[in-house]
Amino acid sequence: MTFEGLGLLSWTVILVTTMLSVGAVLAFTRLVRGPSLPDRVVALDLIATLLMGIIAAYSVAAGQPVFLDVAIVLALIAFLGTVAFARYLEKGTLR
Amino acid sequence: MNQTLSAALMIVGATFMLLAAVGIVRMPDLFTRMQTTTKAATLGIGCMLTSAAIYFGTLQVAARALAVIVLVFLTAPVAAHMIARAAYFIGVPLWKGTIRDDLQGQYDLRTRVLEGTGALKFSPPSTEERDKSGPNAK
Repeated sequence: MTFEGLGLLSWTVILVTTMLSVGAVLAFTRLVRGPSLPDRVVALDLIATLLMGIIAAYSVAAGQPVFLDVAIVLALIAFLGTVAFARYLEKGTLR
Repeated sequence: MNQTLSAALMIVGATFMLLAAVGIVRMPDLFTRMQTTTKAATLGIGCMLTSAAIYFGTLQVAARALAVIVLVFLTAPVAAHMIARAAYFIGVPLWKGTIRDDLQGQYDLRTRVLEGTGALKFSPPSTEERDKSGPNAK
């Protein structure tokens, strides 16, 4: 994080990153505890979204808009992963 | 001015996403968890990317942020719908305090076709019809 002095935005970025990290830990507890597989898939999806938020905050902190490209790729991969899990859940179980 | 707006939007977005994470821990069953996380996290990521676009203030960054926002706003409901549909079919239990389940008895759980309303009755074509109109029709 390359800030000259600690201005308003750098405190904001620190606060926001902390909040999102706490959120990721909470989602991770659901990933571990989750009683069913769909719960875990939803938790993974939320973790990917939180990671995108962290990337946006970090790109503001570093002053590098290039990092937003990572968010695009992450959004695509998270969507593909969720859809693949959903297909697997729907096709793989006979009842 | 730009920095203040950007900081405010970022904090609002992070609050939404933190609330989504609290919701996924606190909510009682899969479907309530899913509606919490999908909506709140989507709004949160929208706020945070808007904040980044305002902070950098150039057209390239704004276009990129808009691309991510549109992508997330299009894919998040689709993904949530697919997961909810799969979970309903494999029998994930509803919360015990659930009052009504509109889909109860409407879905044929074996063929996964909507029934009961009569709107989407599916009847497979008989073999004669298939011979008449299929690729091997004479």
